[in-house]
Amino acid sequence: MAKVFIYPATSLILSDLVARFGHKPLGAALGIRERIQTAGVDSPPLQITPEEPKRGLKYAAVEVPSGVRGRMAIYGPLIEEAEAAIIVTEADFAFGCMGCARTDELILFTLRQSGIPILELEYPRDEDEGIRFVAAVKKFLAGLEDGGEA
Amino acid sequence: MAEYTPDYVGTVTKYVFVESPTMTPGELALRAYEASEGVLIKETCFGLQVTGEPESVDRLLEEIRSFDPTHIFVKDRGFPPGDPRRCRANLGGARPGYLGHEREFRLLRYITRGLEELGRREGDEAEPAPPETKPKLDIKRLQELIDSEES
Repeated sequence: MAKVFIYPATSLILSDLVARFGHKPLGAALGIRERIQTAGVDSPPLQITPEEPKRGLKYAAVEVPSGVRGRMAIYGPLIEEAEAAIIVTEADFAFGCMGCARTDELILFTLRQSGIPILELEYPRDEDEGIRFVAAVKKFLAGLEDGGEA
Repeated sequence: MAEYTPDYVGTVTKYVFVESPTMTPGELALRAYEASEGVLIKETCFGLQVTGEPESVDRLLEEIRSFDPTHIFVKDRGFPPGDPRRCRANLGGARPGYLGHEREFRLLRYITRGLEELGRREGDEAEPAPPETKPKLDIKRLQELIDSEES
């Protein structure tokens, strides 16, 4: 069972398919859950404390806005843990404020630099594309069982 | 600063989405309650939220998926159900994150079609080709374009 980072990190479709085909999806929920379930100082809404931008320094330079570094404190450890990644490019719902947009760019850059096997796809727009989408994900994930190369 | 004491420590929460012509979220909830064995289940308009010990949740999800494997979808959730920071009962309007689910929910029928088709082709050598990728701009062609603009 490989740990597969999914982008968009909140994707229902990717999370389901990765788990369905026997691997562990690494998405935003895991990082959020860890913070929500850790006792400390109350810091709503996501328990992102002033410590997170400091941890984010591992993934982004000090002149990068703290919003990006804070977000990278959630995603960075997941990317480090990942053994493969599935990216949906042009995911129109993965938009957000400038902090989210820049973090997304940094996530994609970091993933592509990491050297792990990556599958890049677009969301299906009809049934035929749906078949090809699921087939591509299944083939990629099956290849991971053969030693990490896909 | 107030001290923060988390609830539901050590548990996992997962969303269950059902997009099926033969099963409603209400029916799914009734059948899930029968198999719950201590797992907390919350019925929603799109399916369920299940919360409990990781092993119990995995066992229940395996059971739930078997009801309608190609029409039931599962994903992780960071917050427990009813958390005042996320629950729309406290905030009003759509829960943060709902709009993303709504967007992907419309695509689930294509994924269902893919899962059904692959199930039919199981063992068949002729797997459908992966999606075509757009040809990328060749670096030499880019240099030519730059040179032609500069000259």
